[in-house]
Amino acid sequence: MSRTEDRLSRWAVTAPPTLFLLAFFLVPALIVVLASFQYPGEFGGLAPLADPGDGSEHGLTLENYRFYFSDFLFTEILLRSFLVAAASTLICLVLAYPVAWLIARSPKQHRDLLVLLVILPFASNFLIRVYAWMIILGPQAGLAQAVNGLLGAFGLAPVSLLFSPFAVLVGMVYVHLPFMILPLYTNLEKHDPVLLDAAQDLGANAWQRFWRVTWPLSLPGVFSGSALVFIPVLGMFAIPDILGGTRDMLIGNLIKDQFLGVRDWPFGATLSIVLTLCVLGLAGLAAWAGKGGRHG
Amino acid sequence: MARLPIWLRLAAGATFAFLYVPLAVVVAYSFNDSRLNAEWVGFTLDWYRVLFADQEMLLAARNSLFIALVSSLAATGLGTLAGLAMHRYRPPWLPLLVITPVAMPEILLGVSLLVFFIQVLHLTLGLLSVVLAHITFSIGFVAIIVRARLAGMDESIFEAARDLGANPWQTFRLVTFPLILPAVVAGFLMAFTLSIDDFVITFFTAGVGVSTLPLQIYSMIKIAVTPEVNAVSTLLMLLTLVLVAAASRMDRSFMKGGA
Repeated sequence: MSRTEDRLSRWAVTAPPTLFLLAFFLVPALIVVLASFQYPGEFGGLAPLADPGDGSEHGLTLENYRFYFSDFLFTEILLRSFLVAAASTLICLVLAYPVAWLIARSPKQHRDLLVLLVILPFASNFLIRVYAWMIILGPQAGLAQAVNGLLGAFGLAPVSLLFSPFAVLVGMVYVHLPFMILPLYTNLEKHDPVLLDAAQDLGANAWQRFWRVTWPLSLPGVFSGSALVFIPVLGMFAIPDILGGTRDMLIGNLIKDQFLGVRDWPFGATLSIVLTLCVLGLAGLAAWAGKGGRHG
Repeated sequence: MARLPIWLRLAAGATFAFLYVPLAVVVAYSFNDSRLNAEWVGFTLDWYRVLFADQEMLLAARNSLFIALVSSLAATGLGTLAGLAMHRYRPPWLPLLVITPVAMPEILLGVSLLVFFIQVLHLTLGLLSVVLAHITFSIGFVAIIVRARLAGMDESIFEAARDLGANPWQTFRLVTFPLILPAVVAGFLMAFTLSIDDFVITFFTAGVGVSTLPLQIYSMIKIAVTPEVNAVSTLLMLLTLVLVAAASRMDRSFMKGGA
Protein backbone atom coordinates (compact mmCIF):
# COMPACT_ATOMS: atom_id res chain seq x y z
CA MET A 1 0.00 0.00 0.00
CA SER A 2 1.40 3.36 -0.98
CA ARG A 3 1.94 6.21 1.41
CA THR A 4 -0.32 8.59 -0.54
CA GLU A 5 -3.08 6.03 -0.42
CA ASP A 6 -2.71 5.77 3.32
CA ARG A 7 -2.73 9.52 3.76
CA LEU A 8 -5.76 9.82 1.49
CA SER A 9 -7.79 7.27 3.45
CA ARG A 10 -6.77 8.89 6.71
CA TRP A 11 -8.01 12.21 5.40
CA ALA A 12 -11.24 10.74 3.97
CA VAL A 13 -12.10 9.19 7.33
CA THR A 14 -11.09 12.03 9.64
CA ALA A 15 -12.05 15.15 7.69
CA PRO A 16 -15.85 14.89 7.30
CA PRO A 17 -16.76 14.49 11.01
CA THR A 18 -14.04 16.94 12.04
CA LEU A 19 -15.20 19.62 9.60
CA PHE A 20 -18.87 19.14 10.48
CA LEU A 21 -18.24 19.42 14.21
CA LEU A 22 -15.92 22.39 13.75
CA ALA A 23 -18.67 24.17 11.82
CA PHE A 24 -21.65 23.21 13.98
CA PHE A 25 -20.14 22.81 17.42
CA LEU A 26 -16.88 24.72 17.84
CA VAL A 27 -17.70 27.80 15.73
CA PRO A 28 -21.13 28.28 17.38
CA ALA A 29 -19.48 27.91 20.80
CA LEU A 30 -16.94 30.60 19.92
CA ILE A 31 -19.72 32.83 18.56
CA VAL A 32 -21.40 32.62 21.99
CA VAL A 33 -18.13 33.69 23.66
CA LEU A 34 -17.97 36.66 21.28
CA ALA A 35 -21.68 37.44 21.77
CA SER A 36 -21.16 37.68 25.52
CA PHE A 37 -18.97 40.74 24.83
CA GLN A 38 -21.41 42.39 22.40
CA TYR A 39 -24.35 44.76 22.79
CA PRO A 40 -27.92 43.60 22.18
CA GLY A 41 -29.33 44.49 18.78
CA GLU A 42 -32.11 47.03 18.49
CA PHE A 43 -34.65 44.39 17.46
CA GLY A 44 -33.20 41.41 19.31
CA GLY A 45 -30.12 39.54 18.24
CA LEU A 46 -26.73 41.22 18.46
CA ALA A 47 -25.62 44.78 17.71
CA PRO A 48 -23.04 44.99 14.91
CA LEU A 49 -19.32 44.83 15.69
CA ALA A 50 -18.46 47.55 13.15
CA ASP A 51 -19.73 51.10 13.58
CA PRO A 52 -22.94 51.43 11.52
CA GLY A 53 -22.40 55.21 11.57
CA ASP A 54 -25.73 56.16 13.13
CA GLY A 55 -24.48 56.49 16.67
CA SER A 56 -26.09 53.24 17.84
CA GLU A 57 -24.30 50.76 20.09
CA HIS A 58 -21.67 48.58 18.46
CA GLY A 59 -18.36 46.82 19.10
CA LEU A 60 -17.23 44.96 22.20
CA THR A 61 -18.07 45.59 25.85
CA LEU A 62 -17.71 44.15 29.33
CA GLU A 63 -21.15 45.50 30.21
CA ASN A 64 -22.84 42.05 30.27
CA TYR A 65 -20.38 40.69 32.81
CA ARG A 66 -20.61 43.88 34.84
CA PHE A 67 -24.38 43.49 34.83
CA TYR A 68 -24.09 39.87 35.96
CA PHE A 69 -22.04 40.86 38.99
CA SER A 70 -24.05 44.04 39.68
CA ASP A 71 -27.03 42.11 41.00
CA PHE A 72 -26.60 39.25 43.45
CA LEU A 73 -29.87 37.78 42.13
CA PHE A 74 -28.02 36.08 39.26
CA THR A 75 -25.45 34.47 41.53
CA GLU A 76 -28.27 33.44 43.81
CA ILE A 77 -30.00 31.64 40.93
CA LEU A 78 -26.71 29.96 40.03
CA LEU A 79 -26.20 28.86 43.63
CA ARG A 80 -29.75 27.53 43.76
CA SER A 81 -29.00 25.53 40.60
CA PHE A 82 -25.92 24.08 42.31
CA LEU A 83 -27.99 23.23 45.38
CA VAL A 84 -30.68 21.46 43.31
CA ALA A 85 -27.98 19.62 41.33
CA ALA A 86 -26.21 18.54 44.53
CA ALA A 87 -29.45 17.38 46.16
CA SER A 88 -30.54 15.51 43.00
CA THR A 89 -27.14 13.82 42.73
CA LEU A 90 -27.21 12.74 46.38
CA ILE A 91 -30.75 11.34 46.17
CA CYS A 92 -29.90 9.55 42.91
CA LEU A 93 -26.85 8.02 44.59
CA VAL A 94 -28.87 6.74 47.54
CA LEU A 95 -31.56 5.28 45.27
CA ALA A 96 -29.14 3.90 42.68
CA TYR A 97 -26.70 2.09 44.94
CA PRO A 98 -29.00 -0.76 46.05
CA VAL A 99 -30.22 -1.27 42.47
CA ALA A 100 -26.70 -1.28 41.02
CA TRP A 101 -25.57 -3.64 43.75
CA LEU A 102 -28.51 -5.97 43.23
CA ILE A 103 -27.81 -6.17 39.48
CA ALA A 104 -24.08 -6.67 40.00
CA ARG A 105 -24.70 -9.55 42.44
CA SER A 106 -27.43 -11.18 40.35
CA PRO A 107 -26.68 -14.34 38.37
CA LYS A 108 -24.96 -13.47 35.10
CA GLN A 109 -27.89 -14.50 32.91
CA HIS A 110 -30.24 -12.04 34.68
CA ARG A 111 -27.97 -9.00 34.54
CA ASP A 112 -28.64 -7.95 30.94
CA LEU A 113 -32.37 -8.10 31.52
CA LEU A 114 -32.11 -6.02 34.69
CA VAL A 115 -29.95 -3.44 32.92
CA LEU A 116 -32.54 -3.29 30.15
CA LEU A 117 -35.22 -2.70 32.81
CA VAL A 118 -33.22 0.33 33.98
CA ILE A 119 -32.71 1.66 30.45
CA LEU A 120 -36.27 1.24 29.19
CA PRO A 121 -38.02 3.99 31.17
CA PHE A 122 -35.10 6.27 30.37
CA ALA A 123 -35.61 5.57 26.68
CA SER A 124 -39.13 6.96 26.78
CA ASN A 125 -39.47 10.63 25.97
CA PHE A 126 -38.07 13.01 28.55
CA LEU A 127 -41.16 15.25 28.53
CA ILE A 128 -43.43 12.27 29.06
CA ARG A 129 -41.49 11.28 32.16
CA VAL A 130 -41.82 14.81 33.52
CA TYR A 131 -45.48 14.99 32.55
CA ALA A 132 -46.16 11.75 34.45
CA TRP A 133 -45.25 13.58 37.66
CA MET A 134 -47.64 16.40 36.75
CA ILE A 135 -50.39 13.79 36.98
CA ILE A 136 -49.10 12.10 40.13
CA LEU A 137 -48.41 15.31 42.06
CA GLY A 138 -51.46 17.18 40.70
CA PRO A 139 -54.00 18.62 43.15
CA GLN A 140 -56.74 16.20 42.08
CA ALA A 141 -54.56 13.11 42.40
CA GLY A 142 -54.71 10.82 45.42
CA LEU A 143 -51.24 11.69 46.70
CA ALA A 144 -51.91 15.40 47.17
CA GLN A 145 -55.31 14.68 48.71
CA ALA A 146 -53.81 12.21 51.15
CA VAL A 147 -51.02 14.59 52.15
CA ASN A 148 -53.42 17.49 52.58
CA GLY A 149 -55.88 15.31 54.47
CA LEU A 150 -53.09 14.44 56.88
CA LEU A 151 -52.03 18.07 57.19
CA GLY A 152 -55.66 19.07 57.74
CA ALA A 153 -56.00 16.52 60.55
CA PHE A 154 -53.18 18.33 62.35
CA GLY A 155 -54.81 21.68 61.63
CA LEU A 156 -52.20 22.68 59.05
CA ALA A 157 -52.88 24.56 55.82
CA PRO A 158 -52.95 22.50 52.61
CA VAL A 159 -49.85 22.55 50.41
CA SER A 160 -49.39 22.21 46.67
CA LEU A 161 -47.11 19.32 45.75
CA LEU A 162 -47.01 20.38 42.12
CA PHE A 163 -45.29 23.66 41.16
CA SER A 164 -42.96 23.42 44.15
CA PRO A 165 -39.23 22.84 44.77
CA PHE A 166 -40.21 19.34 45.90
CA ALA A 167 -41.76 18.59 42.49
CA VAL A 168 -38.66 19.94 40.72
CA LEU A 169 -36.43 17.66 42.79
CA VAL A 170 -38.62 14.61 42.15
CA GLY A 171 -38.56 15.33 38.41
CA MET A 172 -34.77 15.82 38.35
CA VAL A 173 -34.16 12.57 40.24
CA TYR A 174 -36.62 10.61 38.15
CA VAL A 175 -35.20 11.74 34.82
CA HIS A 176 -31.53 11.26 35.74
CA LEU A 177 -31.59 8.15 37.94
CA PRO A 178 -30.46 5.70 35.20
CA PHE A 179 -27.36 7.86 34.62
CA MET A 180 -26.32 7.01 38.18
CA ILE A 181 -27.34 3.34 38.17
CA LEU A 182 -25.49 2.33 35.00
CA PRO A 183 -21.93 3.55 35.77
CA LEU A 184 -22.30 2.32 39.37
CA TYR A 185 -23.33 -1.11 38.12
CA THR A 186 -20.46 -1.21 35.61
CA ASN A 187 -18.09 -0.54 38.49
CA LEU A 188 -19.66 -2.87 41.09
CA GLU A 189 -19.81 -5.73 38.58
CA LYS A 190 -16.01 -5.74 38.40
CA HIS A 191 -15.48 -6.15 42.17
CA ASP A 192 -13.99 -9.47 43.16
CA PRO A 193 -16.32 -11.13 45.75
CA VAL A 194 -13.23 -12.75 47.26
CA LEU A 195 -12.35 -9.36 48.79
CA LEU A 196 -15.57 -9.37 50.81
CA ASP A 197 -14.97 -12.97 51.93
CA ALA A 198 -11.49 -11.98 53.06
CA ALA A 199 -12.88 -9.01 54.97
CA GLN A 200 -15.43 -11.28 56.64
CA ASP A 201 -12.75 -13.81 57.57
CA LEU A 202 -10.80 -10.98 59.14
CA GLY A 203 -13.82 -10.18 61.32
CA ALA A 204 -15.39 -7.23 59.48
CA ASN A 205 -19.17 -6.91 59.95
CA ALA A 206 -21.55 -6.11 57.10
CA TRP A 207 -21.26 -2.34 57.57
CA GLN A 208 -17.46 -2.46 57.76
CA ARG A 209 -17.31 -4.64 54.65
CA PHE A 210 -19.35 -2.05 52.79
CA TRP A 211 -17.65 1.05 54.15
CA ARG A 212 -14.05 -0.18 54.08
CA VAL A 213 -14.10 -2.38 50.94
CA THR A 214 -17.02 -1.88 48.54
CA TRP A 215 -17.52 1.87 48.90
CA PRO A 216 -13.88 2.93 48.32
CA LEU A 217 -13.63 0.60 45.33
CA SER A 218 -16.85 1.98 43.88
CA LEU A 219 -15.72 5.63 44.02
CA PRO A 220 -14.83 5.87 40.30
CA GLY A 221 -18.37 4.72 39.49
CA VAL A 222 -19.79 7.15 42.04
CA PHE A 223 -17.83 10.02 40.47
CA SER A 224 -18.79 9.28 36.88
CA GLY A 225 -22.44 8.73 37.84
CA SER A 226 -22.43 11.97 39.83
CA ALA A 227 -20.99 13.90 36.89
CA LEU A 228 -23.66 12.42 34.59
CA VAL A 229 -26.41 13.60 36.96
CA PHE A 230 -24.97 16.86 38.28
CA ILE A 231 -24.04 18.44 34.93
CA PRO A 232 -27.36 18.01 33.08
CA VAL A 233 -29.35 19.02 36.19
CA LEU A 234 -27.25 22.19 36.46
CA GLY A 235 -28.37 23.33 32.99
CA MET A 236 -31.93 22.01 33.09
CA PHE A 237 -34.76 24.41 32.26
CA ALA A 238 -37.66 22.17 31.23
CA ILE A 239 -38.26 20.46 34.58
CA PRO A 240 -38.49 23.68 36.65
CA ASP A 241 -40.53 25.10 33.77
CA ILE A 242 -43.11 22.30 33.96
CA LEU A 243 -43.05 21.14 37.60
CA GLY A 244 -41.73 24.22 39.40
CA GLY A 245 -43.39 27.42 40.54
CA THR A 246 -42.36 30.90 39.49
CA ARG A 247 -39.82 31.06 42.32
CA ASP A 248 -38.05 27.83 41.36
CA MET A 249 -36.16 29.40 38.45
CA LEU A 250 -32.74 27.91 37.77
CA ILE A 251 -29.88 29.18 35.63
CA GLY A 252 -31.25 27.23 32.63
CA ASN A 253 -34.57 29.08 32.86
CA LEU A 254 -32.75 32.38 33.09
CA ILE A 255 -30.75 31.57 29.94
CA LYS A 256 -33.85 30.43 28.08
CA ASP A 257 -35.65 33.67 28.96
CA GLN A 258 -32.79 35.80 27.64
CA PHE A 259 -32.94 34.09 24.26
CA LEU A 260 -36.66 33.46 23.81
CA GLY A 261 -38.35 35.83 26.28
CA VAL A 262 -36.72 39.22 26.89
CA ARG A 263 -34.43 38.71 23.87
CA ASP A 264 -31.23 39.98 25.45
CA TRP A 265 -28.90 37.64 23.57
CA PRO A 266 -25.61 39.08 24.85
CA PHE A 267 -26.64 38.64 28.49
CA GLY A 268 -27.95 35.16 27.64
CA ALA A 269 -24.55 34.43 26.11
CA THR A 270 -22.84 35.71 29.27
CA LEU A 271 -24.97 33.42 31.41
CA SER A 272 -24.14 30.52 29.05
CA ILE A 273 -20.45 31.25 29.49
CA VAL A 274 -20.85 31.30 33.29
CA LEU A 275 -22.63 27.94 33.11
CA THR A 276 -19.99 26.54 30.73
CA LEU A 277 -17.21 27.58 33.11
CA CYS A 278 -19.02 25.88 36.01
CA VAL A 279 -19.43 22.69 33.95
CA LEU A 280 -15.80 22.68 32.82
CA GLY A 281 -14.67 23.23 36.41
CA LEU A 282 -16.84 20.34 37.59
CA ALA A 283 -15.67 18.06 34.77
CA GLY A 284 -12.07 18.82 35.69
CA LEU A 285 -12.83 18.14 39.34
CA ALA A 286 -14.57 14.84 38.50
CA ALA A 287 -11.66 13.72 36.31
CA TRP A 288 -9.20 14.60 39.08
CA ALA A 289 -11.28 12.90 41.77
CA GLY A 290 -11.82 9.84 39.56
CA LYS A 291 -8.08 9.48 39.14
CA GLY A 292 -7.52 9.85 42.88
CA GLY A 293 -10.22 7.23 43.50
CA ARG A 294 -8.49 4.71 41.27
CA HIS A 295 -5.08 5.18 42.85
CA GLY A 296 -6.31 5.47 46.40
CA MET B 1 -27.40 -13.59 45.54
CA ALA B 2 -27.92 -15.29 48.87
CA ARG B 3 -25.76 -12.77 50.69
CA LEU B 4 -27.95 -9.82 49.67
CA PRO B 5 -29.89 -8.65 52.73
CA ILE B 6 -33.64 -8.44 52.39
CA TRP B 7 -33.79 -4.67 53.00
CA LEU B 8 -31.46 -4.16 50.06
CA ARG B 9 -33.76 -6.13 47.79
CA LEU B 10 -36.74 -4.16 49.06
CA ALA B 11 -34.92 -0.87 48.41
CA ALA B 12 -34.00 -1.97 44.89
CA GLY B 13 -37.57 -3.14 44.27
CA ALA B 14 -38.92 0.20 45.47
CA THR B 15 -36.60 2.02 43.08
CA PHE B 16 -37.76 -0.12 40.17
CA ALA B 17 -41.35 0.74 41.16
CA PHE B 18 -40.37 4.42 41.25
CA LEU B 19 -39.06 4.03 37.68
CA TYR B 20 -42.13 2.30 36.29
CA VAL B 21 -45.23 3.49 38.17
CA PRO B 22 -45.29 7.00 36.63
CA LEU B 23 -45.13 5.60 33.10
CA ALA B 24 -47.83 3.08 33.93
CA VAL B 25 -50.01 5.95 35.15
CA VAL B 26 -49.63 7.79 31.83
CA VAL B 27 -50.53 4.66 29.85
CA ALA B 28 -53.47 3.83 32.10
CA TYR B 29 -54.97 7.32 31.90
CA SER B 30 -54.69 7.28 28.10
CA PHE B 31 -57.54 4.72 28.23
CA ASN B 32 -59.51 6.56 30.91
CA ASP B 33 -62.97 7.86 30.04
CA SER B 34 -62.52 11.22 31.78
CA ARG B 35 -61.13 14.62 30.88
CA LEU B 36 -59.26 14.71 34.18
CA ASN B 37 -56.19 12.68 35.05
CA ALA B 38 -57.56 12.20 38.54
CA GLU B 39 -59.49 8.98 38.97
CA TRP B 40 -60.34 5.92 36.92
CA VAL B 41 -63.80 6.26 35.34
CA GLY B 42 -63.94 3.64 32.63
CA PHE B 43 -62.21 2.28 29.55
CA THR B 44 -62.26 4.24 26.30
CA LEU B 45 -60.28 4.65 23.09
CA ASP B 46 -61.62 8.19 22.61
CA TRP B 47 -58.31 9.89 23.31
CA TYR B 48 -56.69 7.92 20.50
CA ARG B 49 -59.53 8.98 18.20
CA VAL B 50 -59.00 12.60 19.23
CA LEU B 51 -55.29 12.16 18.63
CA PHE B 52 -55.66 10.79 15.11
CA ALA B 53 -58.04 13.62 14.21
CA ASP B 54 -55.60 16.27 15.48
CA GLN B 55 -54.08 17.72 12.31
CA GLU B 56 -51.40 19.71 14.15
CA MET B 57 -50.28 16.61 16.00
CA LEU B 58 -50.15 14.56 12.81
CA LEU B 59 -48.10 17.24 11.07
CA ALA B 60 -45.74 17.33 14.08
CA ALA B 61 -45.41 13.55 13.90
CA ARG B 62 -44.56 13.74 10.21
CA ASN B 63 -41.93 16.42 10.90
CA SER B 64 -40.48 14.33 13.73
CA LEU B 65 -40.14 11.27 11.52
CA PHE B 66 -38.61 13.25 8.66
CA ILE B 67 -36.10 15.00 10.94
CA ALA B 68 -35.21 11.76 12.71
CA LEU B 69 -34.69 9.85 9.46
CA VAL B 70 -32.54 12.48 7.72
CA SER B 71 -30.50 13.47 10.76
CA SER B 72 -29.85 9.91 11.92
CA LEU B 73 -28.73 8.81 8.44
CA ALA B 74 -26.28 11.71 8.24
CA ALA B 75 -25.14 11.23 11.84
CA THR B 76 -24.60 7.53 11.21
CA GLY B 77 -22.31 8.29 8.28
CA LEU B 78 -20.34 10.99 10.09
CA GLY B 79 -20.35 9.15 13.42
CA THR B 80 -19.08 5.91 11.86
CA LEU B 81 -16.22 7.83 10.25
CA ALA B 82 -15.50 9.54 13.58
CA GLY B 83 -15.47 6.18 15.37
CA LEU B 84 -13.11 4.73 12.76
CA ALA B 85 -10.86 7.78 12.92
CA MET B 86 -10.70 7.73 16.72
CA HIS B 87 -9.82 4.05 16.68
CA ARG B 88 -7.39 3.96 13.77
CA TYR B 89 -5.74 7.37 13.49
CA ARG B 90 -6.36 8.83 16.95
CA PRO B 91 -6.29 12.54 16.06
CA PRO B 92 -6.01 14.17 19.50
CA TRP B 93 -8.74 16.75 18.83
CA LEU B 94 -11.45 14.37 17.65
CA PRO B 95 -12.56 12.81 20.98
CA LEU B 96 -12.95 16.32 22.37
CA LEU B 97 -15.01 17.47 19.37
CA VAL B 98 -17.15 14.33 19.42
CA ILE B 99 -17.77 13.92 23.16
CA THR B 100 -18.14 17.53 24.33
CA PRO B 101 -21.47 18.22 22.56
CA VAL B 102 -22.84 15.09 24.24
CA ALA B 103 -21.43 15.87 27.69
CA MET B 104 -22.49 19.53 27.93
CA PRO B 105 -25.91 20.55 29.24
CA GLU B 106 -28.14 20.51 26.16
CA ILE B 107 -29.22 24.10 26.58
CA LEU B 108 -25.68 25.30 25.78
CA LEU B 109 -25.64 23.53 22.40
CA GLY B 110 -29.20 24.77 21.78
CA VAL B 111 -28.47 28.46 22.33
CA SER B 112 -25.13 28.37 20.52
CA LEU B 113 -26.78 26.88 17.43
CA LEU B 114 -29.63 29.39 17.68
CA VAL B 115 -27.17 32.30 17.64
CA PHE B 116 -25.06 30.65 14.92
CA PHE B 117 -27.98 29.91 12.58
CA ILE B 118 -29.49 33.35 12.87
CA GLN B 119 -26.48 35.60 13.31
CA VAL B 120 -23.91 33.86 11.10
CA LEU B 121 -25.78 31.74 8.55
CA HIS B 122 -28.82 34.08 8.37
CA LEU B 123 -30.91 30.93 8.18
CA THR B 124 -34.66 30.98 8.75
CA LEU B 125 -35.23 28.47 11.54
CA GLY B 126 -37.11 25.42 10.37
CA LEU B 127 -36.62 21.83 9.29
CA LEU B 128 -33.07 22.41 8.03
CA SER B 129 -31.81 24.04 11.23
CA VAL B 130 -33.35 21.27 13.36
CA VAL B 131 -31.82 18.55 11.17
CA LEU B 132 -28.36 20.14 11.38
CA ALA B 133 -28.68 20.49 15.17
CA HIS B 134 -29.75 16.87 15.58
CA ILE B 135 -26.84 15.62 13.46
CA THR B 136 -24.48 17.59 15.71
CA PHE B 137 -25.56 15.91 18.95
CA SER B 138 -26.06 12.45 17.43
CA ILE B 139 -22.58 12.01 15.90
CA GLY B 140 -21.02 11.43 19.32
CA PHE B 141 -23.37 8.57 20.25
CA VAL B 142 -22.81 6.75 16.95
CA ALA B 143 -19.04 7.29 17.21
CA ILE B 144 -18.88 5.91 20.76
CA ILE B 145 -20.81 2.76 19.79
CA VAL B 146 -18.73 2.16 16.64
CA ARG B 147 -15.45 2.76 18.46
CA ALA B 148 -16.43 0.33 21.22
CA ARG B 149 -17.09 -2.33 18.58
CA LEU B 150 -13.73 -1.67 16.87
CA ALA B 151 -11.88 -1.78 20.19
CA GLY B 152 -13.14 -5.31 20.76
CA MET B 153 -11.84 -6.60 17.43
CA ASP B 154 -8.66 -8.40 16.47
CA GLU B 155 -6.38 -6.02 14.56
CA SER B 156 -4.71 -8.87 12.71
CA ILE B 157 -7.78 -9.27 10.44
CA PHE B 158 -7.08 -5.87 8.90
CA GLU B 159 -3.39 -6.64 8.56
CA ALA B 160 -4.27 -9.92 6.85
CA ALA B 161 -6.51 -8.06 4.39
CA ARG B 162 -3.68 -5.66 3.62
CA ASP B 163 -1.14 -8.47 3.27
CA LEU B 164 -3.46 -10.15 0.79
CA GLY B 165 -3.28 -7.00 -1.33
CA ALA B 166 -6.51 -5.18 -0.42
CA ASN B 167 -6.33 -1.39 -0.74
CA PRO B 168 -7.78 0.74 2.09
CA TRP B 169 -11.16 1.05 0.38
CA GLN B 170 -11.36 -2.70 -0.25
CA THR B 171 -10.33 -3.43 3.33
CA PHE B 172 -13.06 -1.14 4.55
CA ARG B 173 -15.76 -2.45 2.21
CA LEU B 174 -14.99 -6.16 2.49
CA VAL B 175 -13.63 -6.52 6.03
CA THR B 176 -14.15 -3.57 8.37
CA PHE B 177 -17.66 -2.55 7.37
CA PRO B 178 -19.30 -6.00 7.56
CA LEU B 179 -17.71 -6.46 10.97
CA ILE B 180 -18.88 -3.14 12.41
CA LEU B 181 -22.29 -3.24 10.72
CA PRO B 182 -24.20 -4.29 13.87
CA ALA B 183 -22.70 -1.31 15.71
CA VAL B 184 -23.51 1.00 12.79
CA VAL B 185 -27.14 -0.14 12.78
CA ALA B 186 -27.32 0.19 16.57
CA GLY B 187 -25.85 3.69 16.24
CA PHE B 188 -28.43 4.58 13.61
CA LEU B 189 -31.30 3.38 15.83
CA MET B 190 -29.82 5.27 18.77
CA ALA B 191 -29.53 8.48 16.70
CA PHE B 192 -33.09 8.01 15.43
CA THR B 193 -34.40 7.57 18.99
CA LEU B 194 -32.47 10.58 20.28
CA SER B 195 -33.76 12.74 17.44
CA ILE B 196 -37.39 11.74 17.77
CA ASP B 197 -37.20 12.32 21.55
CA ASP B 198 -35.20 15.53 21.62
CA PHE B 199 -36.90 18.50 23.18
CA VAL B 200 -34.33 21.01 24.43
CA ILE B 201 -32.19 21.48 21.31
CA THR B 202 -35.23 21.37 19.04
CA PHE B 203 -36.90 23.98 21.25
CA PHE B 204 -34.12 26.46 20.45
CA THR B 205 -33.56 25.62 16.78
CA ALA B 206 -37.09 25.06 15.43
CA GLY B 207 -38.31 28.65 15.42
CA VAL B 208 -42.02 29.26 14.98
CA GLY B 209 -42.36 27.58 11.61
CA VAL B 210 -41.98 23.93 12.47
CA SER B 211 -43.28 21.71 15.26
CA THR B 212 -42.23 18.23 16.34
CA LEU B 213 -43.94 15.73 18.63
CA PRO B 214 -41.98 16.76 21.76
CA LEU B 215 -42.62 20.46 21.00
CA GLN B 216 -46.32 19.71 20.54
CA ILE B 217 -46.42 17.74 23.81
CA TYR B 218 -44.64 20.57 25.59
CA SER B 219 -47.10 23.21 24.44
CA MET B 220 -50.02 20.96 25.38
CA ILE B 221 -48.78 20.31 28.92
CA LYS B 222 -47.90 24.00 29.36
CA ILE B 223 -51.25 25.28 28.14
CA ALA B 224 -54.00 22.70 28.56
CA VAL B 225 -53.48 19.13 29.65
CA THR B 226 -55.95 16.71 28.10
CA PRO B 227 -55.64 12.91 28.06
CA GLU B 228 -54.73 13.26 24.38
CA VAL B 229 -51.22 13.88 25.75
CA ASN B 230 -51.39 10.49 27.46
CA ALA B 231 -52.40 8.86 24.20
CA VAL B 232 -49.59 10.39 22.14
CA SER B 233 -47.15 9.64 24.98
CA THR B 234 -48.20 6.00 25.04
CA LEU B 235 -47.70 5.62 21.30
CA LEU B 236 -44.34 7.39 21.44
CA MET B 237 -43.25 5.10 24.31
CA LEU B 238 -44.23 2.09 22.23
CA LEU B 239 -42.14 3.39 19.33
CA THR B 240 -39.00 4.00 21.43
CA LEU B 241 -39.48 0.65 23.14
CA VAL B 242 -39.28 -1.06 19.75
CA LEU B 243 -36.29 1.04 18.68
CA VAL B 244 -34.32 0.45 21.87
CA ALA B 245 -35.06 -3.28 21.84
CA ALA B 246 -33.90 -3.44 18.23
CA ALA B 247 -30.74 -1.47 18.97
CA SER B 248 -29.75 -3.56 21.98
CA ARG B 249 -30.35 -6.72 19.94
CA MET B 250 -27.97 -5.42 17.30
CA ASP B 251 -25.12 -4.55 19.57
CA ARG B 252 -24.37 -5.06 23.22
CA SER B 253 -22.07 -2.04 23.46
CA PHE B 254 -25.17 0.04 22.69
CA MET B 255 -26.03 -0.23 26.37
CA LYS B 256 -22.73 1.27 27.41
CA GLY B 257 -22.92 3.87 24.65
CA GLY B 258 -26.41 4.79 25.76
CA ALA B 259 -25.18 5.35 29.26
